[in-house]
Amino acid sequence: MTGTTQSVQSTLAAQTTLADPALQQGAFEPIRSELRVQALTRPSLSYWQDAWIRLKANKRASLSLWIIIGLLLFTALGPQVWRVNPAEQDLLQISSAPGAERSAILVAPHSPWAASDVPPGTAAGLQLVGRATTQQVRLAWQPIPGAADYMVYRNIVEPKGKATFGLPLGPTGSGDITRFEDMLDLQPGISFYSVVPLDAGGNQGPGSKTLRVEIVNAITLQQAADRRLLEGRKTPELGTMIKLPFHPLGTDYLGRDMLARLMQGAQVSLFIGIVAPLLFVLIGVVYGSMAGFIGGRADQIMMRFADFVVALPFLLFMILFKIAFGIGPGESGIFPLIVAMVILLWPGTARLVRGQILQVREEAYVNAARLLGARTGYLVMRHMIPNTMGVILVTLTFAIPSAIFTEAFLSFIGMGVAAPTASWGSMSNDGIKSMLTHPHELFFPALLISITVLAFNLLGDGLRDALDAKLRSRE
Amino acid sequence: MLSYTIKRLIQGLITVWFIATATFLAMHAVPGNPLSGAKAMNVEIRQNLERKYGLNKPVGEQYLIYMGNLARGDLGISFTQKNREVNDIIREHFPVSATLGIMAVVFAALGGALFGALTALNRNKWPDTVIMLAVILGISVPSFVFAAFSQLMVVKINALLGISILPVAGWGTVSHMLLPSLVLGLGTMAYLTRLMRSSMLEIINSDYIRTANAKGLPQTRIFLQHEMRNAILPLVTVLGPSIAGITTGSFVVELVFAIPGLGRYFVQAVQQLDYTVIMGTTVFFGAFLVLMVILVDLLYGLIDPRVRVS
Repeated sequence: MTGTTQSVQSTLAAQTTLADPALQQGAFEPIRSELRVQALTRPSLSYWQDAWIRLKANKRASLSLWIIIGLLLFTALGPQVWRVNPAEQDLLQISSAPGAERSAILVAPHSPWAASDVPPGTAAGLQLVGRATTQQVRLAWQPIPGAADYMVYRNIVEPKGKATFGLPLGPTGSGDITRFEDMLDLQPGISFYSVVPLDAGGNQGPGSKTLRVEIVNAITLQQAADRRLLEGRKTPELGTMIKLPFHPLGTDYLGRDMLARLMQGAQVSLFIGIVAPLLFVLIGVVYGSMAGFIGGRADQIMMRFADFVVALPFLLFMILFKIAFGIGPGESGIFPLIVAMVILLWPGTARLVRGQILQVREEAYVNAARLLGARTGYLVMRHMIPNTMGVILVTLTFAIPSAIFTEAFLSFIGMGVAAPTASWGSMSNDGIKSMLTHPHELFFPALLISITVLAFNLLGDGLRDALDAKLRSRE
Repeated sequence: MLSYTIKRLIQGLITVWFIATATFLAMHAVPGNPLSGAKAMNVEIRQNLERKYGLNKPVGEQYLIYMGNLARGDLGISFTQKNREVNDIIREHFPVSATLGIMAVVFAALGGALFGALTALNRNKWPDTVIMLAVILGISVPSFVFAAFSQLMVVKINALLGISILPVAGWGTVSHMLLPSLVLGLGTMAYLTRLMRSSMLEIINSDYIRTANAKGLPQTRIFLQHEMRNAILPLVTVLGPSIAGITTGSFVVELVFAIPGLGRYFVQAVQQLDYTVIMGTTVFFGAFLVLMVILVDLLYGLIDPRVRVS
């Protein structure tokens, strides 16, 4: 073989030597026939391997994949790490914002205020008696001349003039009584107390006094012992400061720990958001592929029925079905929600899968397989389902955020999971009522809903691009 | 065209019948009846009431009676509100929901077309980036959060300026409608912007736009007559289903902004198991949505001459 090539070359060389002196015999190299020009240099990839590589290359999609993994960890492992009972109420820290002051002073149980407790001679102007705690605030003042009665007010900002004294706490009842005890819904922080003299006709007189008071959280010995806050202290003394339980994300309007509730809510929201789509996509795939494969009259009837279900007003029927399946006392209402969602949402997938099956059925490779004697079951399992898998997967990814949305909407209008079960939607619903004063109660659940929905949407986008065969060939 | 319209209307009627039947069955599957929620009443009164409302008859007969009344356009009398006809309730509260919905659709369609075109024409420049970021937010944040947040903003702005620029809740004047309809339309607007962007991108790279540029047509004319007109078609297609989504989505917005629409009535009626009001609202909503989808389909034929409606 080599010999022949060489001889051909030598004749070639002999012919060209005269025409071009540069073309010497050494300038040529024999073609080695063992060189496989056609061989692929890069490793061959299956469709799914290729899609996975392209998904990882998409920054937004891979970031959202990490976020989703993080959320799943938060849901599954969170309660193991943060072992706080989401149903337990911390009545000393109701609606406390994250990072709020959480120390409290140990006090004795409340006892009536006897007049003899007022230290004689010190009542110059308006002053505090004892310590101002959330248990009680005791005020005493020098009599104001000409006063027939006194009105006591409380405000959270410094009063400027008559109209801004704030919340009227009550009259003392007589011009002789120059002390007042406030026990009405006291909050830790700064308050301004004003004492206004009233004349015999009940009109405000001149000479009102205002005092800035810093109120601290109070906890009785018994309460502290019940909450196991005194561990490590031999003889707890009254008047010492102790730390109240720590709530990293604050507490809600019933004093429940927000972080623990968000974790519990995540379990509910994600469970509904993942299980319901899995079920209705599965039903849709079976229904749609059957309709597409059987074809003809049966297909028409099946799709007509799917069209009817699509025409049902979605939210109205969600509510109706949810009520129809009923919630017994003590149940969370998760199951009826999922059933209602599955009943109403399967036709979307069914339509899509049917279209895909109809398309794939006409492909040349399916015909080839059929000609080679493939059975129906083999055709469906080997060719049709795998080739529609991409579309199904993308549908599933987009179905998850919309299911989470639906759950949130329903819980928000009070038609979702029943209290006390937490879901992000029901927590938002609770939070919106006190949005102006305690925004964190709405902010955290709303943030989690948004992040989850965002992550699944971006992942769906990335998945669609990665699985799109048209885009693939363009690169 | 006419025969197509008639065919679609007949199909629509069948769909409405299906909706009515499904509602009827679902409603009667709920344990109890409208009278069981009331205070303990003696047996005779209960029997009298049941007779009056026809609740003592078998479910099949109740169904036939209701369907007969429905065909005559009579939706019955509410169980919980004395002597109030369901027709009256709808007549009074549906216009509120419809106004809100229409304004939201208008916001969504205008905003979607405008922002979508803007992003496509400035592809990969800052307007594109900013708007697409906002779109992702619009799709991912639930409308009740937007509603709450916008209320909060208005409260702060009102407090800052010392005057009320917009009311925070309620219904009655145009200024009451602005905020809720914007919030309601936001999700759809984000979706339409995305759609418009991809359809516009396809069109500005097409041959006929190159031809139009080559023969020297003015840019505004190319934009309005060639690009916009073609790019807007997919928007019209999804407008029908969007209207459906917006009208049902208005439940939440009606709740947050304290708007006396039909959505709130429905939720209340379901809780009290007020059979006639549930049936009436669902059938009415269903019929409305079916009609909207048909209208949009017919409209599509008018806008796009390529579609031969036959």
